[in-house]
Amino acid sequence: MEWTMTANTPGQVCLMQGNEALVRGAVEAGIHFAASYPGSPSSQVLGMLGKIAGERNFYAEWSTNEVCALQACIGASFAGGRALCIVKQNGLLCTADALHCAAQHGVKGGLVVVTSDDPSAHSSTNEFDSRWQAVSAGIPLLEPTTMQETKDMIPYAFQLSEELGQLVLVRVTTRVCHGRGNVVLGPLPEQPRPLQPVREWDRMVCVCYMHAPALEKLEAARQEFETSGYNHYSGPEQAKQLIVASGAGRLYAQEAVRRLDVEEETGLLSLGTLWPVPETAVLERLRCAEKVLVLEEVDPFLEQNLEALAGKHQLSITFLDRSGAGIPQTGELDPDNVTAAVSALTGAALPEKTVPEMELDLPEREMTFCAGCPHRATFFLLKKALRQEKNPGIVVGDIGCYFMAGQAAGQYGFQVCNCMGSGINVAEGLGQLTNYGLNQKVVTVCGDSTFFHTILPGLVNAAYHQANMLLIVLDNSATAMTGFQPHPGTGLTAMGRSVKPMDIPKILDAVGCSVETADPFDVVESEKVLRRLLQKTGMNVLIMRQLCATLKAKEQKRPVRVWVDQDKCLGDGCGCDKFCSRVWGCPGNTWDFKANKAFIDPVTCVGCGVCAKLCPSGAIQVEGGAEK
Amino acid sequence: MKKLKFDPLNIVVCGIGGQGNVLASEVLGSAMTSRGYHVAIGETYGASQRGGSVMSHVRVSETQELSVLIPSGEAQLIIGFEPLETLRIARKYANPDSTIVYDPRPVYPSGVLQGSRNYPGLDEITAAIHALSAAAYAVPAAQIAMDAGDARAANIALLGAFTQLPGAPLSREDLEAILSQRFRGPVLELNQKAFARGCESVEKGGDA
Repeated sequence: MEWTMTANTPGQVCLMQGNEALVRGAVEAGIHFAASYPGSPSSQVLGMLGKIAGERNFYAEWSTNEVCALQACIGASFAGGRALCIVKQNGLLCTADALHCAAQHGVKGGLVVVTSDDPSAHSSTNEFDSRWQAVSAGIPLLEPTTMQETKDMIPYAFQLSEELGQLVLVRVTTRVCHGRGNVVLGPLPEQPRPLQPVREWDRMVCVCYMHAPALEKLEAARQEFETSGYNHYSGPEQAKQLIVASGAGRLYAQEAVRRLDVEEETGLLSLGTLWPVPETAVLERLRCAEKVLVLEEVDPFLEQNLEALAGKHQLSITFLDRSGAGIPQTGELDPDNVTAAVSALTGAALPEKTVPEMELDLPEREMTFCAGCPHRATFFLLKKALRQEKNPGIVVGDIGCYFMAGQAAGQYGFQVCNCMGSGINVAEGLGQLTNYGLNQKVVTVCGDSTFFHTILPGLVNAAYHQANMLLIVLDNSATAMTGFQPHPGTGLTAMGRSVKPMDIPKILDAVGCSVETADPFDVVESEKVLRRLLQKTGMNVLIMRQLCATLKAKEQKRPVRVWVDQDKCLGDGCGCDKFCSRVWGCPGNTWDFKANKAFIDPVTCVGCGVCAKLCPSGAIQVEGGAEK
Repeated sequence: MKKLKFDPLNIVVCGIGGQGNVLASEVLGSAMTSRGYHVAIGETYGASQRGGSVMSHVRVSETQELSVLIPSGEAQLIIGFEPLETLRIARKYANPDSTIVYDPRPVYPSGVLQGSRNYPGLDEITAAIHALSAAAYAVPAAQIAMDAGDARAANIALLGAFTQLPGAPLSREDLEAILSQRFRGPVLELNQKAFARGCESVEKGGDA
């Protein structure tokens, strides 16, 4: 809840989401500056910071991309400011060059980078492990388990960053970001401390001779971590069977040890400071251990480091890796797989299952575009137009809600997708080969937020080299996938200021592309434009402009009522193959299994009315249409 | 602090993105925190607004620091916004002592509408939900909310029904007080109406 972010009531216990705990930690640390690009699971952090930035007298920005965000934070740090950069796993990789250079030139004001990993990819296209970046760049790494630790680690990370003159990476995972727990509030500073003017001979420059001092900072961090309060041990003094856990794994392990009643004989070492590994503290436990289970998420990061440490000290230890412990190689930890792993470590019997087995086969619920989403219409039209070409076309995807176009939601609409901002470049490569015997139309898509994030350089490249391709900009005026954060096309900032929006057609025009704009809800006209542009050579752009359905639903009452006249619907006998519910696939278009006719779910339908234009029997009726 | 019948008390709130799942679990969790309990909530909502399955785990203890996920078979209470999702969750998390309250209104997954998957018969789902629990109450929450003026209040109607379950940690009065703190004007009125009808639907005996 928002009041908990700025309440000056030290000692009060609140229920906080992990993302809120990060915000509260930043406020308690007295930050001067925060910057981010939205990425789940940590998307909410900067949105909340933006709302309270005025009251707490700091600056917060939704940057155009993660590189802008981190480098802006480096600027703030140079003036002695405390700067917080929030990214997700993929965003951190975008910043890799900036991160590595910053690690060499160091920082002045504290600079903390929070990176959110998404084990099991609940709200991502993949699962990555951010922790390797700390090793590669040579910077300290922390990872919290509870919401309390999440809050407390932020001020601590700033203090550490300033002590060392080095940036600090804090890794969180989905179970922290999207979890909630009790947090005891700490005191708030009156004001962020004054900035320090940059003097003529101050330097933060990345040059090779800074590598050695960076290594010294890392060694100083290791020494500090040896006695850190963020690492705990519980269990017998000389545990032969040892669990080493970090992040979410720690609480699962604590409960599993209790559930299996093996607390007496099992040691649990919880680590909150992950890099550099506090070797002396860990060795103390490894020396008596015979069998070790490491509980961590995504890659065997700690496991490999602990194995190396054991090898260096010639300790004879059996490490249970994920497969040895019965945990799947990919995906997140949970209470069940951790309990099974602790059973494998200790030999304790698993509790008996009380749930009866059941034959019933339950269908999965696939993700789909929202009811009334303009992307559904665009991908439907694109598929239709490409099917009318002599040769099959190639569609290159990109990252945003429209990533779902690769599934049934978008008529299995694209064949290739790399990372965010990649579509234009992959399409440029293919487009160039159309002059070398590749006789296919090449199309790529991007959203309006992605356009600014990373499409721009690719656009310059593709236009300059005159690739034969069509870029469709899916302009729904929103960063919809992550929760409607403002971007340069929206005319708004994170702190709620109105600014002049960037005009996508003008940018495209300046780059020298041929641009047309269409409304995906006007299916007849849009299809004509699309088919015309597919026939043109060179670098063409079609802007499909229609407001995001969820945004529209927030802004206005349902403008129209859309319903099926079941007397007109021919049901199974129509020959349309249940077009509305089966092919078009909007969640509003469902089926009345009793009448065996189409039906529109009034709870879900947002009244875009596009299905009425497409129904071959004209059975779908649209009533009203006046704005509220 | 009232003694909990179960410690930890484990509640699953499940449904489909956009049904107000997260709000329902957050309201429960905040109320228990302000009563002095340790609370942990885990929300699984990757596809929150895009039609995917969504669940929240709410865990309450007098003494223990808890992880945000419930082990399988250890939920005492399940609140379900859709029958298929309720069964999916019951199959994993229920035990013979669990109590379930759910909306029996089906929302068909896209695979079912496309004809590639089959949605089990409602009677089969109902029978399975009952077989997996000590008691199950079917409450037409979406219908109650639509009658009250807006389908979006279905979560509040279901919370009303929840307060009437044996073993519910919060009373009708507790939650009424929270609603009037959180909402104002017409939204409050709508929620109060939906909440009251939700309470009554189980007082009357529901479909146990």
